[in-house]
Amino acid sequence: MSKTLFEKVWESHIIDSIPKGPSVLYIDRHFIHEVTSPQAFEELKTRVLLIFKKERMIATVDHNVPTKNQHLPILDTLSKKQVQILFENCKINGIDFFGLLHKNQGIVHIIGPELGYTLPGMTIVCGDSHTSTHGAFSAIAFGIGTRQVAMVMASQCLVQKKPKQMRIHLIGLTKISVSPKDVILYIISKVGTDGAVGYFVEYSGKIFRKMSMEGRMTICNMSIEMGAKGGLIATDKTTLNYFNKIKFIPKNILLEEALYYWRRLYTDTDVFVDREYHFYASDISPMITYGTNPGMSFNIISRIPKNNVDPQQYMGFKAGYSLIGLPIQYVFIGSCTNSRIEDLRIVAHVVKNRKKAFHVLALIVPGSRQVVSQAKKEGLDIILKQSGFEFREPGCSACLGMNEDKLPFGAYCISTSNRNFIGRQGFGARTLLASPLVASIVAIEGKIIDVNKHMSKIERYGKN
Amino acid sequence: MEKIERLESRAIPLPIENIDTDQIIPARFLKSSKRQDFGKNLFRDWKYSNKGHIKENFILNNSRFSGQILLVGRNFGSGSSREHAAWALFDYGFRIVISSFFADIFKENALNNGLLPVEISERYLKYLFKTIFYNRHILFSVSLYRQIIKIEKSFFYDYFSMEKYKKTCVLIGQDDIDFLISLIYKIKTFEKKIHF
Repeated sequence: MSKTLFEKVWESHIIDSIPKGPSVLYIDRHFIHEVTSPQAFEELKTRVLLIFKKERMIATVDHNVPTKNQHLPILDTLSKKQVQILFENCKINGIDFFGLLHKNQGIVHIIGPELGYTLPGMTIVCGDSHTSTHGAFSAIAFGIGTRQVAMVMASQCLVQKKPKQMRIHLIGLTKISVSPKDVILYIISKVGTDGAVGYFVEYSGKIFRKMSMEGRMTICNMSIEMGAKGGLIATDKTTLNYFNKIKFIPKNILLEEALYYWRRLYTDTDVFVDREYHFYASDISPMITYGTNPGMSFNIISRIPKNNVDPQQYMGFKAGYSLIGLPIQYVFIGSCTNSRIEDLRIVAHVVKNRKKAFHVLALIVPGSRQVVSQAKKEGLDIILKQSGFEFREPGCSACLGMNEDKLPFGAYCISTSNRNFIGRQGFGARTLLASPLVASIVAIEGKIIDVNKHMSKIERYGKN
Repeated sequence: MEKIERLESRAIPLPIENIDTDQIIPARFLKSSKRQDFGKNLFRDWKYSNKGHIKENFILNNSRFSGQILLVGRNFGSGSSREHAAWALFDYGFRIVISSFFADIFKENALNNGLLPVEISERYLKYLFKTIFYNRHILFSVSLYRQIIKIEKSFFYDYFSMEKYKKTCVLIGQDDIDFLISLIYKIKTFEKKIHF
């Protein structure tokens, strides 16, 4: 019988089903971080329960950590306490913990794939909504709340209703200036921020097959922004090659059998899904958001639409005006969406031998220690520093403004992160989401410009 | 977890769509390692200006509106998976949130914490908003057992759907952990079959 990719993975992880009700889903990997886990450990303690499978968990600190001087003690007492509690909990329970300065530390969704914890066809959860990132590896990955974190700790299972399925198909290929971030922003703007609530999305089309794993992770990462439970992309040669590249391959895995399973991770040809969207990839241009949710985005040269639903006039834009020429004060390149080595390479390529605009504060926060060391190996950090970028240490940083990397009231920030909600990057800070390419060009020009026109210039940027 | 069977209360209307969890509780207030005391930071940036002054026009600052029911526009609780959003609402005193639909993770978090998300039709939601702005003293009664919501002293009511399993959980005030623990033997057998 033909099945979708989602059904193949889902059905191989069902332990039990309640008649006419939800199923019990086995969870292969459980990532934890300092913000949503302390209450879960507390819950287990009060219920006198033990961690069921500690070897299926890894812990790291990312949300709440400073990105400057990580070798010094954390200044914020509450942040310090949260990090300390996670460390203690992991030590007591014997969970692998990657603390600050550990060579594997980083944003949880970046370190999962690069350490080989994320493998194709797995079920993965984490107390963070952007867990959908791991869907790039054909894994059913979704974010959960703290109570569910405790459930997975206690039983390695979750009671879950089977979500409906959606397929998003892109026809053809994109223009050269279009990056995966633009593709997903375009999709969200079409589907809407609530268009996929209750669905699990699978992306298909030539463009996704040609994309690198990093690009696919960016796509799946932002699936949650249209309300989807998660995103999926079928396994192909690129996926399998990724595991040849990384150094760390789990020891206890029977590669032959695993490969047999992994090679079957695609949607069969003649299956129906609950909902299907088709878009032309050639319609996609470099995108930017103009509003207060990720669905409010458009081609960078467009004008603000008339029905601009910005209830409090938070962004300060007027309908009918274009964003071209808008001065930008901050540029943030980081977060689990765009802080992988590939993104850093793009930025370095663009800014090489150029200086950032003098009024721009440009932050670059790599996703993990491994990304940092790779960047140093390639000399990217020097290029970035010479261009006037602040090259920070790994963490979530200004994506959600939990640590001290908060933006001031009223500032405009081009961010490669995933959410432009009101006050997300700091009270009153105004976020415009864009791809690393757009962000780095803006950092140099100091204002928003038509990227398409400057593509030839960018080609030159790298050469001289 | 507190159980809910039925509730009769006034409601606070918040007719805004796509309220994300960053609005319900901003990330900078997630630093506590306990489950309590999040209520004081509920809708923090909507309640206070950047200088810490109370914003008078925000409905939670309006003492004329009160109640244990929060009436909100569709797609409530989108964005971050933070369960702190559900804790903050519960801690503030809300027991029921009514909307036409909720974001997936928020809905699960709410159900796991004895905060009942009630999903009604868009049309009835609009009607409820209209009613409450017409008369803010009006009482709503929600019965989980019968899955019905109605306005007191009127004939207008609506049914809301809810999964049978979750309904039972909320009615008896229990979450999934006990159920999952009872399956441990089955889980262990399953684990033997998988390779990685």
